[in-house]
Amino acid sequence: MRDPLSKKVVGIAPSGIRKFFDLVSEMPDAISLGVGEPDFDTPWRIREEGIYSLERGRTFYTSNAGLKDLKIEISKYLQRKISVSYDPDSEIIVTVGGSEGIDIAFRAMLDPGDEVLIPQPSYVSYLPCTVLADGVPVVIPLQQKNEFKLTAEELEAAITPKTKILVLPYPNNPTGAIMTKEDLEPIAEVVKKHDIFVLSDEIYSELTYKYDHVSIASLPGMKERTLVINGFSKGFAMTGWRLGYICGQKKIVEQMLKIHQFAIMCAPTNSQYAAIEGLRNCDDEVQQMRTAYNQRRRFLLHEFKRMQLDCFEPFGAFYIFPNIQEFGMTSEEFATRFLEEEKVAVVPGSAFGDCGEGYLRVSYAYSLEDLKEAIGRLGHFIDRLRNQD
Amino acid sequence: MEDIRKQILKYLEKNSRVDLGELAVLMGTDEVTIANEIAQMEKEKIICGYHTLIDWDKAGEEHVNALIEVRVTPRRDQGFDKTAERICNYPEVTAVYLISGGYDLLVTLEGKTLQEVSRFVSGKLSPIEDVISTSTYFILKKYKDHGTIMFKKNKSERMLVTP
Repeated sequence: MRDPLSKKVVGIAPSGIRKFFDLVSEMPDAISLGVGEPDFDTPWRIREEGIYSLERGRTFYTSNAGLKDLKIEISKYLQRKISVSYDPDSEIIVTVGGSEGIDIAFRAMLDPGDEVLIPQPSYVSYLPCTVLADGVPVVIPLQQKNEFKLTAEELEAAITPKTKILVLPYPNNPTGAIMTKEDLEPIAEVVKKHDIFVLSDEIYSELTYKYDHVSIASLPGMKERTLVINGFSKGFAMTGWRLGYICGQKKIVEQMLKIHQFAIMCAPTNSQYAAIEGLRNCDDEVQQMRTAYNQRRRFLLHEFKRMQLDCFEPFGAFYIFPNIQEFGMTSEEFATRFLEEEKVAVVPGSAFGDCGEGYLRVSYAYSLEDLKEAIGRLGHFIDRLRNQD
Repeated sequence: MEDIRKQILKYLEKNSRVDLGELAVLMGTDEVTIANEIAQMEKEKIICGYHTLIDWDKAGEEHVNALIEVRVTPRRDQGFDKTAERICNYPEVTAVYLISGGYDLLVTLEGKTLQEVSRFVSGKLSPIEDVISTSTYFILKKYKDHGTIMFKKNKSERMLVTP
């Protein structure tokens, strides 16, 4: 039989998280701090709208780009949150999660050989999606000394004549890093100077602490150069509803819409109705979740400091990214032994790029009680490792 | 400083047992600040007490809760205050509210038995001079109390590791 597979697809390495998932699955009594989704239920009023939409028989396709009412609410929301105005009719597509946005953006914008700059550590999809769209991924390794922010120098050094897109994943999974307006301004200058585009993945934009989220699209001359990805999964605790959106200039949106139309048709209808309620009436619920995450973030930072575990202070998402290089193990060895010896799952930083080696992603999308238990076990584990020396 | 107060109150409203050191960590401040703020708010009667939410059914205790609507003749200069204050003095009364609508006071009552509650209504509450009428409702089941859902919630179905 002929090889049924595409060499391109076979060449893509499976997600590093998958390996760990399999390991943890064999240990049902393990506590996990390995999850990349909120522990909160979707706010009830959102769920109820989803139920009502089903009861009313809203079980048909919507228009490809999404329900008009939802796009209007998204437009208002973005105006309010990031001060960028998008035309609901021509500059917004409602997608199946933020992840579809990543895929259709690359496919609409890349020709074979075009380079995509991917700062790492970062979410696991950018690199494979680039390859699937015939682009060439170019990794920019970020550094703890810069709090895992992208600097203009790092960006400048990575740009070649083939560079087309910079992925800007902030607030960041897995590091929890954010970029403030002051951090973004020099990046925007480099982007404009070299005439490249930005894919700004802002899925964690609701979850920033101390500083409000700023989108690079809000900087002068950047709206046209930027595609903003956002969605409902993280801030609104709606991961399973699979609902996100991508916004940008009409010229790009039109072409992305073609791919979305042929590959997806439309995002889930009842999720769209539910999300309208989220944008209209859930500010309080979102704020309550943000407050809870912030309290847990402070708790973990405090505990890590007490354990003298090297860690920069993250101001976004729901992750904290401690440095474990002092133990002389790879992230995977550390995470595997921690799981086997203390039955706590964390994700090795290396799952998010080679430069995540030497770090762990600890999620605080867990109750304070769970975090206390897990951190207690981390304390035992670290004490044992240190006393061996 | 207003903001830290609000944060403390919101936290204590759900969990008054937290220790000061932990609260300081969660609020991103120090223990002394927290202790001072709480002491000050207790003094100002912003914090009026610390209570425990108990499911008495599970504790196996005979326990009856009732809501009583009370219509009252208001008094010149005093309105409903005098009668309301009088009702407050009974230890079995857990709350007294002046409310808008078809009646005037809503009284919540805790007793050991139905008889005890009805004895209170007929023997103590109704005879008060300005009380015109009462209607008593017995609580059959508490689904949610003080913001806490009392029935069992389903276990989380989140996967253990996701990107």
